[in-house]
Amino acid sequence: MSYTTAINDDAHHHHNPTGWRRWLFSTNHKDIGTLYLLFALSMLFMGGASAMLIRAELFQPGIQLLDPDLYNNLVTNHALLMIFGAVMPAAAGLANWMIPLMIGAPDMALPRMNNLSFWILPAAGTMLILSFVVPFFPGGGSQINTGWTLYPPLSVQVGMSMDFLIFAIHLLGISSVLASINIIVTLLNMRAPGMTLMKMPMFCWTWLVTAFLLILVVPVLAGGVTMLLFDRHFGTSFFDAAGGGDPVLFQHLFWFFGHPEVYVLLLPSIGVLSHVIPTFSRKPLFGYKSMVGAMIAVATIGMVVWAHHQYTIGMSLGAVSYFMIGTIIISIPVGLMIFNFIATMWRGAMTFETPMLFAVAIIMMFTFGGLSGVMLAVVPADMQYHDSMFVVAHFHYVLMPGAVFGLFAGVFYWLPKWTGHMYDEKLAKIFFWVNVIGFNLTFFPQHFLGLAGMPRRIIDYNVMFTEFNVVSSIGAMIFGFSHLLLLYIVIKTIRGGEKATAQVWEGAKGLEWEVPSPPPFHTWETPPSIKQEQQ
Amino acid sequence: MCRRLTTISRRFLLVAAIVSFQTAHAEYGINFPPPAADVAQEIYDIHMLTMQIATFLLLIVFSFVIYSLYFHRKSRGYPADQNFHNTWFGNWSWVMVPALVLGIDLTIASNADTVLKKVWEVPKGEKLMDVKVTGHQWWWEFDYLDYGIKVESRYIPEEKSGDLYLREVDNRLVLPTGTKIRFLHTSADVLHAFWVPELAFKKDAIPGYVTETWSELNREGVFRGQCAELCGTWHSRMPLVVESVPPEKFDAWVKQQQAIKVAAAEEASSSKAWSKNELITKGKELYETKCGACHQASGMGLPPAFPALNGSAIVNGPVADHLKIVINGKSGTAMQAWGSLNDLEIAAIVTYERNAWDNKSGDVVQPTDVKQAR
Amino acid sequence: MSSTDQHTTYFIPDPSPWPIIGMVSLLVTLFGAVLAMNGVVVGKFIVFGGLLLFAYLLFGWFRDVISENLSDKYNAQVDRSFRMGMFWFIASEVFFFLAFFGALFYIRNIALPWLGGEGYLGATKEILYNQFESAWPSHGPGQLGGEFIPMGAWGIPAINTFLLLSSGATITWAHWGLKQDNQKTLVRGLMATIALGLLFVAFQAYEYIHAYEALNLTLQSGVYGSTFYMLTGFHGFHVTMGAIMLMAILGRSMKGHFSAHNHFAFEAVAWYWHFVDVVWLGLFIFVYWF
Ligand code: HEA
Ligand code: HEA
Ligand code: HEC
Ligand code: CUA
Ligand SMILES: [Cu+2]
Repeated sequence: MSYTTAINDDAHHHHNPTGWRRWLFSTNHKDIGTLYLLFALSMLFMGGASAMLIRAELFQPGIQLLDPDLYNNLVTNHALLMIFGAVMPAAAGLANWMIPLMIGAPDMALPRMNNLSFWILPAAGTMLILSFVVPFFPGGGSQINTGWTLYPPLSVQVGMSMDFLIFAIHLLGISSVLASINIIVTLLNMRAPGMTLMKMPMFCWTWLVTAFLLILVVPVLAGGVTMLLFDRHFGTSFFDAAGGGDPVLFQHLFWFFGHPEVYVLLLPSIGVLSHVIPTFSRKPLFGYKSMVGAMIAVATIGMVVWAHHQYTIGMSLGAVSYFMIGTIIISIPVGLMIFNFIATMWRGAMTFETPMLFAVAIIMMFTFGGLSGVMLAVVPADMQYHDSMFVVAHFHYVLMPGAVFGLFAGVFYWLPKWTGHMYDEKLAKIFFWVNVIGFNLTFFPQHFLGLAGMPRRIIDYNVMFTEFNVVSSIGAMIFGFSHLLLLYIVIKTIRGGEKATAQVWEGAKGLEWEVPSPPPFHTWETPPSIKQEQQ
Repeated sequence: MCRRLTTISRRFLLVAAIVSFQTAHAEYGINFPPPAADVAQEIYDIHMLTMQIATFLLLIVFSFVIYSLYFHRKSRGYPADQNFHNTWFGNWSWVMVPALVLGIDLTIASNADTVLKKVWEVPKGEKLMDVKVTGHQWWWEFDYLDYGIKVESRYIPEEKSGDLYLREVDNRLVLPTGTKIRFLHTSADVLHAFWVPELAFKKDAIPGYVTETWSELNREGVFRGQCAELCGTWHSRMPLVVESVPPEKFDAWVKQQQAIKVAAAEEASSSKAWSKNELITKGKELYETKCGACHQASGMGLPPAFPALNGSAIVNGPVADHLKIVINGKSGTAMQAWGSLNDLEIAAIVTYERNAWDNKSGDVVQPTDVKQAR
Repeated sequence: MSSTDQHTTYFIPDPSPWPIIGMVSLLVTLFGAVLAMNGVVVGKFIVFGGLLLFAYLLFGWFRDVISENLSDKYNAQVDRSFRMGMFWFIASEVFFFLAFFGALFYIRNIALPWLGGEGYLGATKEILYNQFESAWPSHGPGQLGGEFIPMGAWGIPAINTFLLLSSGATITWAHWGLKQDNQKTLVRGLMATIALGLLFVAFQAYEYIHAYEALNLTLQSGVYGSTFYMLTGFHGFHVTMGAIMLMAILGRSMKGHFSAHNHFAFEAVAWYWHFVDVVWLGLFIFVYWF
């Protein structure tokens, strides 16, 4: 169908809200998507600033800038801001913007609840930041020095800032569960007539699986931190051996959430790649069905291998063997995804705009990080790697390419659609190169540090670890400042630039490219009919 | 603006270069240190094996990507093959790829499992030497259960340890070569983890539980590691140093330690009344090693986590309350029970605290007072 | 009331202030809770204010939804969205309870045997506790909370099981009446359900008092006390919420808001009630009985 009918439909809606009400009271998926993305960007900068402080402190041996509790407080905050503040909301922002456009729906299924799931985030962010700053006020107790894993009994020792953090986690949990419910309902109930599940764009599939994961695992984390709260204040002994409990129980609850969580971070970006790579290879996604299958397999297996984060706590031989084999098996579906991406590029007619550059970099660097994950999964060897900088290197190699770069790719890919302007391709390419080189400079040396024996979460280290830390810190500064360029490019694009067509990219396919750039406030008020074979 | 930036960055690089040259003589590693036990050797080998497999796989992925990047470009005029996913390859790759990957996975897993069986469980039915390793915030305690000796091991400040800062301790964990040793890990407060890369592997110390590892040292030497589980403020200051010595030397060391222990016990139980000065000198040294990490040598603590003892209400209040918190600690906080110190030691520390810095109570606490307070 | 043929386009609600109010009320409540738990007196009042705001929010939000429904703005698709939303919300609640059941299972079958010298970490007993025998119920090697008597299954808990199961039947009866457009059965069924639910809560309150006063079974009684009170407490909280929701539904039923083919709200609450029922069966079996 042509889009003009939909636009005529728009005549019914005279009440496009304006001013602050538009943003605060919004029930519009595009506005809420924008809010999510802006929130994520600001959290990225806060989490990044704490990372810069961490790296500045580790630049040389000795304690220069921070004190030990402040250091660990920053590490905790860095991880939580990045994961819960930056990556998850950014992915949710993309979902909000794109899912209704892609499936031909006028909005999310439950628009008011959509607004609630966004606005809980700033509340959670406030609690998170309070947990960081409260110790600096008189009577504020000690700082959170537990890392993002919040293992008791250490987390029982911490003062009231831990309570702020626990409630922040509750809020974040509520927000993501509500958002996930909304996404599932939208995808199951709002698709345009004729769009069967197996014709749904891959990004929608990735979010469907992600949303299921979130609904199943986030409540378990909420339960775990609730027990922690009760152990801290009401004398229960879930995590206290004296009363018959076990500190390790918390670790099981945390990682039952924590491991699926890494796939929550990964999958939306895999969804973005499944659009970017076909577009710039000018050829359909290779293996649509196997991609869907692989994703479901990752999510299912991912739910039952959590204890590979706890090999060192003392588990029986049978238990560790099981968790090891389960973890290694995940390489099969993930490997299939990587294979499908390469096969999509294979015999394509590729061009290398910024989203595609990121996509190619992701394939290479994520594979690298995934392979170091398989090394970690090998129990006897993990006895050496565990809690060393090698683990830090592994997870930044999967988190940055696997999650953050994927989101960057998505932002560049859809920015012209959102704003109606092309971004500055030349600047964006510079950003890409500085970013990727900075990234590798930062995290590659950390593998060596870990193997040589440097533990993670330490503020101070022996001189034998100096060289690689210097390189890593310099890399981090380059990497960190490159994000200012990103900010500049985004602002510049919002403010103006070459007009984008509805199609934007030569090879792009899908409903979102049939609406104008930028799309009007309301789209698809009458559903399009799906004739062409998706993908 | 731009010029300013370049000069700044140039200066920054210069500083970095100088720093790295200055320390270039320090030994730095890029892989595990050479193993000192057979179990550690097994682990080293499986690590190298998986790393090689991973590198090989990475090369395959990279070469396909790079080939495609070069040849299948629009700028080279390559026409997109719209039917690639419908060829026999496209239809069957979802079986072939997983089968291939499964093969590699099973290779890794079966090798790993073989190693795991050899290293994981403590050999049964043999007599092993038991060493109980207790993690404390922030020091280690080694109990040689078979010999009745206890060793406390703490980090040495940079002024004294120099280049070995954070890699050297006051009392090392002395172990004999050629003897199977069972380590029993536990903790007095929060989680810690025992990690000496040359020995065998990492194991967490969990308060209220005991985890086991074992090892048999096959060469002499000094092996350095550190606490590997975040345990609070001074997690970075919990080095572990193992000194591996031949059995004869180990026996001699044991005798010497036992003698020291007997002498200390005698001194503490003698009913002698100690003078204030004796107690204060003894107490100062003990305070600085045992309490200084938290309450600081200056007595100022690190508020709000660790209260100052200088001017503290408890330290300047009734002796009984002061003794009570030292002996029993305070649960739920980092202040542990110090009841395992002997009467004399506690008396000395408490006397010192009550008369140090601005605390001028003038009290003298005798070991007999401590005995009563227990 | 509403049907698809009247609506060729989708339904999209107008901008709404309720989510923001919800956010503020949560923030205020939790902020106050932190202060209250750490001994700051004003905390309690802040919590109270936050909860008031939260109640206002629930009231306002649902008032909007109800009036939209009554003014026939919803179509079958919206109805389906609501149903699916409720279903997945309950699924997330199931997993919340699963965390606590998982904790119970882990402690009983894995952690306590270790402390008592069995299994992989059996060395624990040899090294740390010579006296401790692991058995359920337990308050651990530290005997926290002092001697206590565990809660038996065949007194109040059995009665409560009976009450909840009957309430499951009465709500089905009400639903059946609703489907026949039989207002009387609907109202009576709901009233019976609410009465049974409230009776359940009252019995449980009595049970708690009895446990504290006669059995010395408290929240501090080691892991047994912890798991007992957390599981039954969270369940009791859900029953209370469910009863309040049922009362709202009862009010609406009396006003004749529901019809045989438009009664999503009723069904949502009924699902919720059944969910609470099923959780109770789990509790009865694993907390009280075995
Ligand atoms: C996006 C996030 C993300 C992703 C995708 C992954 C993916 C994987 N991770 Fe990672 N991981 C983290 C984030 C992530 N991880 C984080 C944050 C931590 C630390 C948390 C903390 O302690 O704070 C962590 C820690 C961590 C540990 C614990 C280490 C320790 O603390 O001791 C382990 C151990 O097994 C592990 C394994 C794996 C494995 C096997 C995968 C697999 O999914 C990878 C699969 C991918 C591939 C294998 C590459 C592609 C496949 C092929 C090219 C096919 C051929 C391959 C083979 C035949 C092997 N991870
Ligand atoms: C998605 C998640 C995510 C992301 C994106 C990042 C991004 C980064 N991380 Fe982090 N990290 C984690 C998740 C993540 N991390 C987790 C889970 C942990 C474990 C925590 C724990 O142990 O509990 C961790 C821990 C961790 C450590 C280990 C600390 C320790 O164990 O002692 C280090 C150290 O190098 C580090 C560094 C960095 C750096 C340099 C970046 C860079 O990518 C950041 C790039 C910078 C920006 C994006 C912001 C740009 C900002 C500016 C341009 C402002 C300029 C301001 C200044 C220079 C002051 N991270
Ligand atoms: C691991 C850190 C740590 C070590 C080591 C430590 N303490 Fe403490 N100490 C604390 C903490 C934390 C408190 C505060 C407890 C509280 O919240 O009341 C404390 C409180 C005290 C107090 C009460 C002070 C007051 O005003 O409340 C005394 C006295 C004391 N310690 C003595 C000692 C002595 C003597 C030693 C050494 C033998 C010692 N401490 C070692 C952490 C430590
Ligand atoms: Cu002890 Cu870290
Ligand atoms: Cu994991």
